[in-house]
Amino acid sequence: MNFRSIFSKTAQKHERLASQAVVPDPQRCVQCGICSYNCPLGIDVRLHALQGLAVVESKCLTCGECVKRCPRGVLRFDAAPLEQITLKAAK
Amino acid sequence: MSLYAIIGSGAAGLAAANAIRARDPAGQILILTADPHVHYSRPGLAYVLSGELPEKQVYQFPREFFARQRFEFVQSGVQAIQTDAHTLRLEDGRALRYDRLLIATGATAAMPEPPGMQLEGVVKLDSMADCQHILNLARRTRRAVVVGGGITALELVEGLAARGVEVHYFLRGDRYWSAVLDEVESRIVERRLAHDGVEIHYHTNLVEVLGQKGRVTAVQAEENGRPLTLPCQMAAFAIGIQPRMELAVQAGLKVQRGIIVDDHLRTSAPDVFAAGDVAQVFDAQSGQYLLDSLWTPAIQQGRAAGANMAGGDVIYEKKFPFNVTRLAGLVTTIIGRVGKGETAGGRPKGDADVAGIMRGDSELWRLSPEAVAAQTYAGDNRLRLYLKDNVMVGAVVMGDQTLSRPIQVLIQEQVDLGELRAALLSDNADLARLLGDFWEGYQVKHAAKIA
Ligand SMILES: Cc1cc2nc3c(=O)[nH]c(=O)nc-3n(C[C@H](O)[C@H](O)[C@H](O)COP(=O)(O)OP(=O)(O)OC[C@H]3O[C@@H](n4cnc5c(N)ncnc54)[C@H](O)[C@@H]3O)c2cc1C
Repeated sequence: MNFRSIFSKTAQKHERLASQAVVPDPQRCVQCGICSYNCPLGIDVRLHALQGLAVVESKCLTCGECVKRCPRGVLRFDAAPLEQITLKAAK
Repeated sequence: MSLYAIIGSGAAGLAAANAIRARDPAGQILILTADPHVHYSRPGLAYVLSGELPEKQVYQFPREFFARQRFEFVQSGVQAIQTDAHTLRLEDGRALRYDRLLIATGATAAMPEPPGMQLEGVVKLDSMADCQHILNLARRTRRAVVVGGGITALELVEGLAARGVEVHYFLRGDRYWSAVLDEVESRIVERRLAHDGVEIHYHTNLVEVLGQKGRVTAVQAEENGRPLTLPCQMAAFAIGIQPRMELAVQAGLKVQRGIIVDDHLRTSAPDVFAAGDVAQVFDAQSGQYLLDSLWTPAIQQGRAAGANMAGGDVIYEKKFPFNVTRLAGLVTTIIGRVGKGETAGGRPKGDADVAGIMRGDSELWRLSPEAVAAQTYAGDNRLRLYLKDNVMVGAVVMGDQTLSRPIQVLIQEQVDLGELRAALLSDNADLARLLGDFWEGYQVKHAAKIA
């Protein structure tokens, strides 16, 4: 389908702009914890979703397990908000 | 120092407690709860039932977090509220004073009243205790009957099936969840259930639960007017929920289907607030007071109520309640106004299987929009869009979720779709492509805002 290719073009664009991170949409989240349970590195993704924060930890492998397993489409790969990236750099 | 009392340790109660603490570092916060498991993701219970999650995973906050917030938990049901005296009477006999009170008692499963409901093996799914009980029984259950509708009925059906139980699903009408889904969507769900080995019985009414030695051994029903006796070891019910408002009724607060609250979550009594499933909240758009049984609105209401209890001036707006859930394995987003707009007894109408509202449901979904466009594509994927003038006010996205978030943004931001309206409403429109292309353009224009 036409729009799919456009979607993936947008995704590539984002990739060039900034490295991708797991970004939550807190409104969708019911805090079930499937994301944290399936993270191979034990990152508490659910807590990020609660606080509306992208997962910018350097240990995140961006393996996509949490994105794939979330039953409610809370998580997606996207550019992390700029202020969070700056915060991380300042740490 | 202010003394805050919160009845209920669920989504709304905890959100309120956190909001109070954020504004009032010194105040005393008492959380009174009848739930021995205190706080966990209630929607997550479905995944514990299906075996996708271990029980310990659905507890959201570690104990240390509660300690850090200085929440004081009182493990007791509340029996009565005296609003004049600003006191509570607890089931354990104690009396407590409060300055500000929040009622966040949630809702409980409504149960039908055929004979046999006291038998072991009759179950519902409200709480962690219920979930544990079902899992214990499931080990010696070969066959179960599920009665009811909406999301929770399917969670029971699928959870039990995942545990190796043979499941028979009773529907009173001729299709699944007719209050929110259209016929095409109902049939998609039913076909997938049947494919997974679930036997659906249409036009079937439960007459009696039969038992021996205190345990369920069969159910007696009427299927298409003919008697049916089905041996089974479990009868599970999800026929709707009932807001737990006995305390409010007894205290003389204004109630209807839930506790009536204004846009600040204030009840009719001074210093008493209500939030979550128990609250019937003013919706400015429709001018009606409506019930939801949704996790995120419960949190948003709790937050607003907590802030206002601590002296804030926060208005809660219902806007476009939505839920993303799995129906027979298909991820489904339901958002905004998608109903037929039918009413019964002055409230948005339910369907044959559900009395009133159920879990993961909103009365607002049943309100009527103006124009509708629908498309089924590539198998079981489905889009149904509702327009009012030039904006989208509701949608159902079933299966492929590529457009779920774009549609959520278009609805919540009330984006002008004037240029698309005619195309969307034309015969055989390719809605997915039209919206996908529109979204692409919108994103470019609003890149900064969306990121
Ligand atoms: C199986 C299931 C699936 C669900 N699926 C979804 C979904 O897909 N999406 C969605 O958005 N929502 C879903 N929900 C609904 C969601 O969980 C609720 O909307 C939400 O939990 C409401 O929060 P609340 O704080 O109002 O009430 P609750 O979380 O029910 O908490 C109420 C609390 O009050 C306590 N209480 C009640 N009476 C008293 C009393 N007299 N004294 C002391 N304590 C009392 C109870 O013990 C409990 O702790 C689901 C719920 C269930 C059970």
